[in-house]
Amino acid sequence: MRVVIAEDLFLLRDGLTRMLQAHGLEIAAAVDNGADLLAAVTSEKPDVAIVDVRLPPTFTDEGIRAALAARREVPGLPVLVLSQYVEQLYARELLASGSGGIGYLLKDRVFDSAQFVDAVRRVAAGGTAMDPEVIARLFARNTGNGNLAALSPREREVLTLMAEGRSNAAIAQRMVITERAVAKHTASIFLRLDLQPSDDDNRRVLAVIAYLGG
Amino acid sequence: MSAGHTPDGRDTPDIPGPWVEFWDWMRGRLAAIGHGALFFLLTLPGIGLLLLILALMLPGPGLFAYGVGGNHNAKNIALVLALPALVVSLLLISGLLLVIRRLASLTRRLVGQWCGMPIADPYLPRPGAYGGNAGVRRRLGWLLTDQATWRDLLWVTVNGCVGWLLAIGPAALLALGAIGLVAPYASLGLRLLLIGAAAFGLWTAPWLLRGYGVFARSMLAPTQQAELALRVRQLSQTRTEALDTGAAEIRRIERDLHDGAQARLVAMGMTLDAAGQIIDTNPAAARALLVEARDASVKALAELRDLVRGIHPPVLADRGLADAIQALALDSPMRIQLASDADGRPPAPVESAAYFAVSELLANVSKHAEARQTWIDIRHTDGMLRIGVTDNGHGGADPARGSGLRGIERRLAPFDGVLAVSSPPGGPTAITMEIPCAWSSPKTSSC
Repeated sequence: MRVVIAEDLFLLRDGLTRMLQAHGLEIAAAVDNGADLLAAVTSEKPDVAIVDVRLPPTFTDEGIRAALAARREVPGLPVLVLSQYVEQLYARELLASGSGGIGYLLKDRVFDSAQFVDAVRRVAAGGTAMDPEVIARLFARNTGNGNLAALSPREREVLTLMAEGRSNAAIAQRMVITERAVAKHTASIFLRLDLQPSDDDNRRVLAVIAYLGG
Repeated sequence: MSAGHTPDGRDTPDIPGPWVEFWDWMRGRLAAIGHGALFFLLTLPGIGLLLLILALMLPGPGLFAYGVGGNHNAKNIALVLALPALVVSLLLISGLLLVIRRLASLTRRLVGQWCGMPIADPYLPRPGAYGGNAGVRRRLGWLLTDQATWRDLLWVTVNGCVGWLLAIGPAALLALGAIGLVAPYASLGLRLLLIGAAAFGLWTAPWLLRGYGVFARSMLAPTQQAELALRVRQLSQTRTEALDTGAAEIRRIERDLHDGAQARLVAMGMTLDAAGQIIDTNPAAARALLVEARDASVKALAELRDLVRGIHPPVLADRGLADAIQALALDSPMRIQLASDADGRPPAPVESAAYFAVSELLANVSKHAEARQTWIDIRHTDGMLRIGVTDNGHGGADPARGSGLRGIERRLAPFDGVLAVSSPPGGPTAITMEIPCAWSSPKTSSC
């Protein structure tokens, strides 16, 4: 799998490169600003881009804008955004296009390299990887209004794990239930969120988006 | 009189247009005359107070003058009593001066309401107004050294001598007209003259009322010197508060770093050292220690993140006020609706103060108001940033009691920002903040 990295701090860029290489991923390019990222994704056509939110020259939300621009340039390009802090506002913007292949994680998550690489692979495969902190904050808000209110606590738990990007098998393991039970829950979630039957992966993404849309 | 129907279905008396206009004109005139008469009535207690003060000034010097002449019992007693009498008089006069102050303040308010000329209060702030207790001596000093006290006295005097003429003039002329109509044995010429005078009074009433307002303002408004003194006092106070708040904030950050991230890093170093020492002899235990160290680093990062949010939230730096408040709204358990017409950004310190003010207000709402919905409205017009926060909770918020609202006022004060609260019991609560500030265009804030 080929990866483009955009991260302005040399230490982190270098660390990420080495960690991903250690897990057998190929680093197509490692750049330190948004403009170079755009050039790299168009020329290298990577399987996934990993982008830091704060990039030069403004050191604000340059990375988010660069990620969205890259996805306009290369439609469907999977992007994993890394940040020192997560904001629901940015999560919404990233998911606004309604398609998958989006990840938004705290930088702390790279400490657990196995899980992090797992998230990179999920995003590259068109799934989502939302940071548990985004999800936790959503929960603080979405108790008692909208479609989500109709979900049972169990279904909510499944949806949370789904938003983090876990497969049914992983969810079953986490919740200590059978995969059949998870499938039943997901079917019920799709029904309650009024998602038409289509290919399962896409519906998972849509469910997450409905979730984040509040 | 029959009643006609206007197109919107309301019943109105069937009067021709000119009469309605005349009635309106007349009502305005009569109101002006009535207000003038009330101003006249207000001069009466002033004159009474003035006479009382004059009377109170007599006993002390009087006793002294009587006693100083010779040397028998009555004169000695008078001499002994002179000083206490003077002190008691002074205290009573101070009380009367305060009553005059009330009277002057009432006049200021009424001139604002009736003559459309609001007059600001010229007084120095009370001692102890910002906490602490003030003794009788300090309060006496505060009252007697305030220039405004003596200007009030001057006002009462001049008002008692000539001001009342201006106030009662139209009413008096109207009364003359009435006498001209009903008086027996008056010649036609005299009657006409008196009625003419009444018409003149009616005609000029609003101008005379305004004239009275101008006269009152010239004597009751703060002098330029007083205004400057007030401004200096206010500026030094808000500066002190801003510096105090800043220093307290820095101390808090220092403490948080010391007890939080710093302590965790120390612990991490120790854990890593321990892992290094046993890595050859007991690799399994070393691995457990390494995991522990990693978890500690995650916790340290989380604490630093929270700290950064408290200092300057990243979204505020990235996107500005509206988006940062939108992010707040997304994180809040309440339903919050945000409307903003502001593109471009205020200066960074104002932006930060406004953000934290809104953040505190929202925290207040979710803590106390039991609101189901909150509306936030951000506007920038005519060099003024206006933010309204309205909730449909149970109301009863009081800046005098709530330390939270007072804290927000303190936050806004260095920018000359103000906070207005309307929160009747039962709700809704509407809080408006206004901060004067220039606004940079969106072009300069993005690139």
